[in-house]
Amino acid sequence: MTGSLVSIRNLSVSYRRDASLPSLGNIDLDIAVGERLAIIGESGSGKSTLALAIAGLLPSTATVKGTILWSGQPQLPLGGRDIGFVFQDASASLDPVMAVGRQITEVARTHLDLSRAQAESRALDLLRRVRLPDPDTALHAYPHQLSGGQRQRVAIAAAIAAGPRLLIADEATSALDTIVQADIVALIKQLVAEDGMALLFVSHDIALAAELADRIAVFRRGEMVELGSTDAVIQVPQHAYTKKLLDAHIGLDAAPMIAPTGHGHV
Amino acid sequence: MRRLASIPEALVGLGILAILAAMALAASALFPGDPFAIKGAPLLSPFQDWSLPLGTDRLGRDVMAELFHGARTSLAVGLAAAAAAIAVGAVIGTLAGFAGGIVDEALMRLTDAFQTVPSFLLALAFVSVVGPSLTVVVIAIALSAWTGPARVARAEVLSIRERDFVAGARVIGMHPLEIALREVLPNALAPVLALSSVIVASAILIEAALSFLGLGDPNRVTWGSMIAEGRTVLRSAPFLSIVPGIALVLTVLGVYLAGEGVVEGTAVRKSLS
Amino acid sequence: MSRAFLLLRRRLAGSIFVLLIVIVGTFLLLEAAPGDAVDAYVVSTGGDAGLVEAMRQSWGLDQSAATRLASYLWALLHLDLGQSVAFSRPIRDVILERLPVTLILMGASTALSFGLGSALGIYAGARPGSLRDRFLSTASLALYAVPGFWLALVLVIAFAVDLRWFPISGFETIASGKAGFAHAADIAHHLVLPVTSLGVIYLALYLRMMRAGMAEVWRLDFVRAARARGLSRRRIVLAHVARNALLPLVTMLGLQSAQMLGGSVVIESIFSVPGLGRLAQEAVALRDTPLLLGIILVSAVLVILINLLVDIAYAFLDPRVGASEAGA
Repeated sequence: MTGSLVSIRNLSVSYRRDASLPSLGNIDLDIAVGERLAIIGESGSGKSTLALAIAGLLPSTATVKGTILWSGQPQLPLGGRDIGFVFQDASASLDPVMAVGRQITEVARTHLDLSRAQAESRALDLLRRVRLPDPDTALHAYPHQLSGGQRQRVAIAAAIAAGPRLLIADEATSALDTIVQADIVALIKQLVAEDGMALLFVSHDIALAAELADRIAVFRRGEMVELGSTDAVIQVPQHAYTKKLLDAHIGLDAAPMIAPTGHGHV
Repeated sequence: MRRLASIPEALVGLGILAILAAMALAASALFPGDPFAIKGAPLLSPFQDWSLPLGTDRLGRDVMAELFHGARTSLAVGLAAAAAAIAVGAVIGTLAGFAGGIVDEALMRLTDAFQTVPSFLLALAFVSVVGPSLTVVVIAIALSAWTGPARVARAEVLSIRERDFVAGARVIGMHPLEIALREVLPNALAPVLALSSVIVASAILIEAALSFLGLGDPNRVTWGSMIAEGRTVLRSAPFLSIVPGIALVLTVLGVYLAGEGVVEGTAVRKSLS
Repeated sequence: MSRAFLLLRRRLAGSIFVLLIVIVGTFLLLEAAPGDAVDAYVVSTGGDAGLVEAMRQSWGLDQSAATRLASYLWALLHLDLGQSVAFSRPIRDVILERLPVTLILMGASTALSFGLGSALGIYAGARPGSLRDRFLSTASLALYAVPGFWLALVLVIAFAVDLRWFPISGFETIASGKAGFAHAADIAHHLVLPVTSLGVIYLALYLRMMRAGMAEVWRLDFVRAARARGLSRRRIVLAHVARNALLPLVTMLGLQSAQMLGGSVVIESIFSVPGLGRLAQEAVALRDTPLLLGIILVSAVLVILINLLVDIAYAFLDPRVGASEAGA
């Protein structure tokens, strides 16, 4: 495949001792430049393990086999510069005693050759782009002064501060209530389009994924059971497990307000 | 206990404490009579005469005998002061946490006040006003050591008092004080006891410093007074200060190691269950 | 700023109450002391029974305990701590004369223990479980068990008696005629051993607290997030992990000030440093209980002030403090 940003071949991840993290077996997957790929699965399916493996964030207890190529090169992409990572719990992914503006500028200054003033104006710009109300004040605010949704916007701003080519959102909206969730999904969609980033959207919510993904990969117990275009997977699911996931979403239009899946992973 | 033994630090700590306890218990048997008695020529260096293995002090007293008898004082004071501090602190903390309101406020300000006064100065003042004896020294040390247990007990009680079994005791009409002391206190005790190694260690150190200044029980050998004695001949016979000091360091170290080991051991057990 | 101010106002109200308890406490101890100020005075100067009664009356010692407490409080309100029998001078003057020396000693010891202790703690905690981490934590535990007064003697034997690097005792060279920088250097030279003896145990404490705190912060999610953002290890260690682990150490500074004041009694006595601690030892030796209790009162005030300063510093370091009261 031409223009492949990430090529994963025969990837297996297993853990010594620690059985709490799901392992992963024989994954082959490509992410094209600018593509939006959703990884769907229940907790324990290994979908987060895959996200961490691509970003080079697996704990040292993990044994990795197989290859991950970045832009055709064998060296791993650099976190922050090449890959932006947004975690599930925004309140836990920000330093509680550092102003949010600084948490964004430190990423920009680490990867881009910017002066303090340049980095600060970039941070301000980013806070505007993630549509934080009153960005000038927010620059000097601390995480505890922001709402959950606002914190996630800050985390997204920090993730894209150095202009990465791939944004990984690992259950980035599942800790939020449904209305905020929809806002954040729309924001991610917009940012990815504006910057031409590829998106790896990891979620247990197939309906949510269908809203913004070009392709969907379905994971179960550490294996990829189905991969196809969003339309194909939603309309004509091949695997029984995918059907089951879709069945859980009967009444899709009404479901988000009740959000039965909203707490499945918390 | 077996799990405790698998933590090497705890093993070392318990070993030191066991040796110390043995020294304290055997002191009278191995070195009968008055440890202050003169046994030989003054200022005999250690390892010269095997009947006086650690030599003699300025007055010709047996350093080894003094060391053994001193172990007794240090351990006794450390344990007694810690026990008193924990008992008083646990009761005060439980009452504060359980009563709430004005009582809680008053007791916590009292705790603040005792923490504001430097504990060593308080002990110094108390001993110098009442007069030095083993009991007075124990009380003097406990006087400021109870604040830590009180705070921990209060915090623990605040989290316990809303639980079911307390509500149950209320429903069957138990007196609040009875509930506090019979139902709540025992449940709050574990984290309070976790403080005991630190309290024992600091009690031993305060006792040593008091005796070093000449405010220990004058009728007992203490390591602090031995160090003070040796200080007068620091240039010619430094070992007289160094030997009891090493005993002191090892004792405190043993208490810390054993304490940490116990806390770690129970934490492991908790995480396994 | 209003956040720190609100916090300060609330703490100040509590502190006054605490101080009142301390005053009543020292008054009770004073009452419990065998004999009173007149007895002490007569013992030290001699005098007949008639004079004794007259003095009791003029000093108000024949009044009821409540009246005496009231006049004690009244005197304290006028910063009058009474008369020192041993020094035949107002207790306040004697204490104020000795206070600066102790403040210098404590300040230097705190700087040494906090600065070096937290720096070594960061060094150890930067790589949890590494060889240097295990070495430093074992060494700090051993140091933590060393009583300051014994360390002082060992240091004297090694560095003052044998090596003669530092003077055995004193605060400065008597009548050296030194001024300015030379004078400061002379004092510093005298204080190396006392400051070390007083500070080492806290150095070990801060090292252990920093190390343990960092081990906890390493496990938090925002550290993983910082790694995901590609920050350098150095920046993660210093700006995030150590920065967060620093907070409990700052709290400890307040608690430690009271303990260090206590520790200065023995250290100042050993090194003949003419500070508050040595004064306390002299008060005990000369049986001047009012002086000793005056020292305790002043120490309590000092500890309260230091704790207020620490609270303000903490409010600046931790933006979450008092946020709920000040309305963010």
